[in-house]
Amino acid sequence: MIYEVVIGVEVHAQLRTKSKLFCGCGTVFGLAANSQTCPLCLGLPGSLPVLNQAAVEMAVRAGLALNCTIAADNLFARKNYFYPDLPKGYQISQYEAPICEHGWIEIASSEGKRRVRIRRAHLEEDAGKSVHVAGANGSRVDLNRAGTPLLEIVTEPDLRSADEVVTYLKGLRDVLMYQDVCDGDMEKGNFRCEPNLSLRPLGQKEFGTKVELKNINSFKFVKDAMEYEIKRQTKVLNEGGKILQETRLWNTDRGETAVMRSKEEAHDYRYFPDPDLVPLKISKEWIDQVRSSLAELPADRRNRLQQEFGFSEYSAGVLASDKNVLEYFEQCVAEAEKLGFSKMEVGKELANCITVDFRGLTRHGVTVTPPNPLLFDVNPYSEGILELTIIPEKNLLELVVMKMKGEISGPIYKAVLEEMINTRRPAAEIIDANGLRQVSDEGTIEKIIDEVLEKNPNQVAQFKEGKQQVLGFLVGQVMKASGGKANPGKVNELLKKKLGEAVKI
Amino acid sequence: MSIHKLSLYDLHEKFTAGEVTATEIVRAYGLRIGQVESKVKAYITQAKDAAVAQAGALDTSLKGWRKTSPMMGMPLAIKDNICTEGMLTTCASRMLGNFVPPYDATVIAKLRAQGYLLLGKTNLDEFAMGSSTENSAVGPSRNPWNLQCVPGGSSGGSAAAVAADECAAALGSDTGGSIRQPAAFCGVVGLKPTYGRVSRYGLIAFASSLDQIGPITKDVRDAAFLLGAIAGHDPLDSTSADVPVPDYLKALKKKDLKRLKVGVPAEFFAEGLDAEVEQAVRAAIEELKSLGGEIKEIQLPRTDAAVAIYYVIATAEASSNLARYDGVKFGLRAKETKDLLELYMKTRQEGFGPEVKRRIMLGTYVLSAGYYDAYYGKAQAVRTLVRQDFESAFRDVDLIVTPVTPTPAFKFGAKGDNPLQMYLSDIFTISANLAGVPAISLPCGFSLDGLPIGLQLIGRPFEEETLLRAAYAYEQSTQWRAKKPMIR
Repeated sequence: MIYEVVIGVEVHAQLRTKSKLFCGCGTVFGLAANSQTCPLCLGLPGSLPVLNQAAVEMAVRAGLALNCTIAADNLFARKNYFYPDLPKGYQISQYEAPICEHGWIEIASSEGKRRVRIRRAHLEEDAGKSVHVAGANGSRVDLNRAGTPLLEIVTEPDLRSADEVVTYLKGLRDVLMYQDVCDGDMEKGNFRCEPNLSLRPLGQKEFGTKVELKNINSFKFVKDAMEYEIKRQTKVLNEGGKILQETRLWNTDRGETAVMRSKEEAHDYRYFPDPDLVPLKISKEWIDQVRSSLAELPADRRNRLQQEFGFSEYSAGVLASDKNVLEYFEQCVAEAEKLGFSKMEVGKELANCITVDFRGLTRHGVTVTPPNPLLFDVNPYSEGILELTIIPEKNLLELVVMKMKGEISGPIYKAVLEEMINTRRPAAEIIDANGLRQVSDEGTIEKIIDEVLEKNPNQVAQFKEGKQQVLGFLVGQVMKASGGKANPGKVNELLKKKLGEAVKI
Repeated sequence: MSIHKLSLYDLHEKFTAGEVTATEIVRAYGLRIGQVESKVKAYITQAKDAAVAQAGALDTSLKGWRKTSPMMGMPLAIKDNICTEGMLTTCASRMLGNFVPPYDATVIAKLRAQGYLLLGKTNLDEFAMGSSTENSAVGPSRNPWNLQCVPGGSSGGSAAAVAADECAAALGSDTGGSIRQPAAFCGVVGLKPTYGRVSRYGLIAFASSLDQIGPITKDVRDAAFLLGAIAGHDPLDSTSADVPVPDYLKALKKKDLKRLKVGVPAEFFAEGLDAEVEQAVRAAIEELKSLGGEIKEIQLPRTDAAVAIYYVIATAEASSNLARYDGVKFGLRAKETKDLLELYMKTRQEGFGPEVKRRIMLGTYVLSAGYYDAYYGKAQAVRTLVRQDFESAFRDVDLIVTPVTPTPAFKFGAKGDNPLQMYLSDIFTISANLAGVPAISLPCGFSLDGLPIGLQLIGRPFEEETLLRAAYAYEQSTQWRAKKPMIR
């Protein structure tokens, strides 16, 4: 039997607000246990939640970037269950009226680009962490994370393979990171995914029984877990068995999933509107305001760069891979235009500098295009480029302009760039300190040429016999003798002139 | 001068005039508490030395300078479900028998900033669930008018303390009548403000959408005075209203009901209402008329449903609010448990009394899958209708007058074996909580047995001034407040 894989995904994205969703405590990762708590975080009796507006704005921003409609009327609900790291005995979430609904995100699949529908995205608070110390009597609870804002983003069952899930997750993470609403670090747990997966005979309309997967904290594990689960379910079905509705945990060490709880053990969360919070009204004006401040999406940026500058997909991909990098690039172009350079011309030079030379120097020999970007947690394009901002825009532009004006030669340009990365000093300073400025003065160059010709009588003789190839060698010798500083054009011109004279003689 | 017999406002004036010091006040109340507390049992925790030290420090800092804030030097009792930093706050529950809050409720922070004197924390039904203080884990308080009778509840300790002159005034909390019913039973004044008028921050929640802190005082002027000191918007409580706080004492100047329409809802004078109570309330209505009020018959048709929906909504919220008492973080933790589930179960078995357990179970049930729509959902829908009843009534009248309770204070154990009987003692007070409107209870007579009878005035949202004006006019034209209990 051939089965179709049907997958939906729930993502918990931690919003990068400074304070928690319902109190003023900070959201810093990795502090001493329980040092970031207040009466509310601890669930102390009498404490009350007050909604953090910054979190609402981030949720709206994310929702708009995901093409969702934003609910004008929002309710917060209590999700009731007992767990030691859930201090109030309920989680404040949204149930009936999520802040974002009916969105979509475009992904590249094997059949080209298509949309994955987002069913809803809602605000909720995170729980704390239970810490089980091996051998210790009892467990410990750290409530630093309790109350951190999360956006839970739920898709329709629109995904059809493990690779598609990974592509979707990467796309989603890109969007959230571009909008500055999430740090997207899976290992720190601020981008967590819980896929649910079912199989159905190809052509069948009804969905099969779905299994929910938890405990997946890297893109690689997403793929591994999905593929394991597809195999497992296929085997069960082929052997005439039945898939049970359950939640399964991915075990990284064993490379398999195991039952966490069955449907019968599922909680009755007894959702009801939280009477401690008033309904949240979001005005159309405010939504429009957020919409107008949305950051351009990665795909839109790439397309725009290719059109405006005629860049290759690679160059555009690298420049658009990170918001800061793109802003850096555009800042440089704007400055150069003020200096009278054409956008296209300087853009091309800058792009080469950033995407090839700079990246080449910072990536330390890692192959430029990973064989399968899906297997990498880091956006392959952004690797080696994020450090760009260590060089101030005006310094990089200065270097590129000097190269364009022919004030420095190619090899020196590269050496200076490397020096700039290492020392963070401005280009002009490095060039002047080392006397690297290109020499175009004819007298100086002629003097060097004379010395080179004198040292290489054989080559001069060969040239006289009509061996034109020798010219290249002699140019190289002159450049070398000048410490790379001589203007190669001038060297060529003057060398030809001198040799010509020699021939005539 | 017997300091403990003075009203809060009179004491304030004497303190401001320099006729009495904070130390003298604390001493006088210390003596009074020493005389009667063993009979009344109003307090769970007495501040004693702390209050003396506080008073001494206050006197020293004042050094004869008499420009005071309203509650400076005023000896108050606080219901033991309102968090007081550094002082035990138990909710009369074994669960919180060891709980010392690290923070003040907003109302306490306000009183502290004004330099009040905290005499102690008063008894209540466990987690404010009850109408008699019989559900208190430390045993009931007694009605100063008759020690064989309940003081009412849940703020029974606060009402008894005020009636027995064991404090100048007290704070209570009212979820379904918990300020007004004990005030009526103890012959004092109790005001439940509009929902959102007073911050709930630091009030240990029973039912969040109904709970409201309010004053329990010796007379109406004191209620106006104390309300002004605790009311106002609080950024820490999202449900507190950003509505300016008027000068409630100014509202008392009129001393009549001229141009006020007073509604009498037929539904509140129905079967089950004690004849003596009805007689007293009817007489009071006549008095309101003679003070210039225009009396009108009105309808509040959903009154009969109020108790039922209250016990769905309040218990649902309570079941969730009380989930945090799990033995993990604070309060009671059961000993010798073998796993997490047993820790939860034993802690909650040992920590909660029977009424609290009953309500948690009921609330859990009405929220559970498959029953939500039939119970909680429907109750919310009917709650909207109750609110609409009041809105439409208040288009015709400025005030509604009713009895507070069907009967005067009952004897201990009288309703103990039948929770439903107990629930019905809140029948006249619950509607105001469901609608979120303010209501005041004040004495309007005595039964033949010498037990106080209460009169309830209900007003429009945030129109406590109208309530206080009418209540004050009535109080001043009658002599009920002159009568004091003989505690024996």
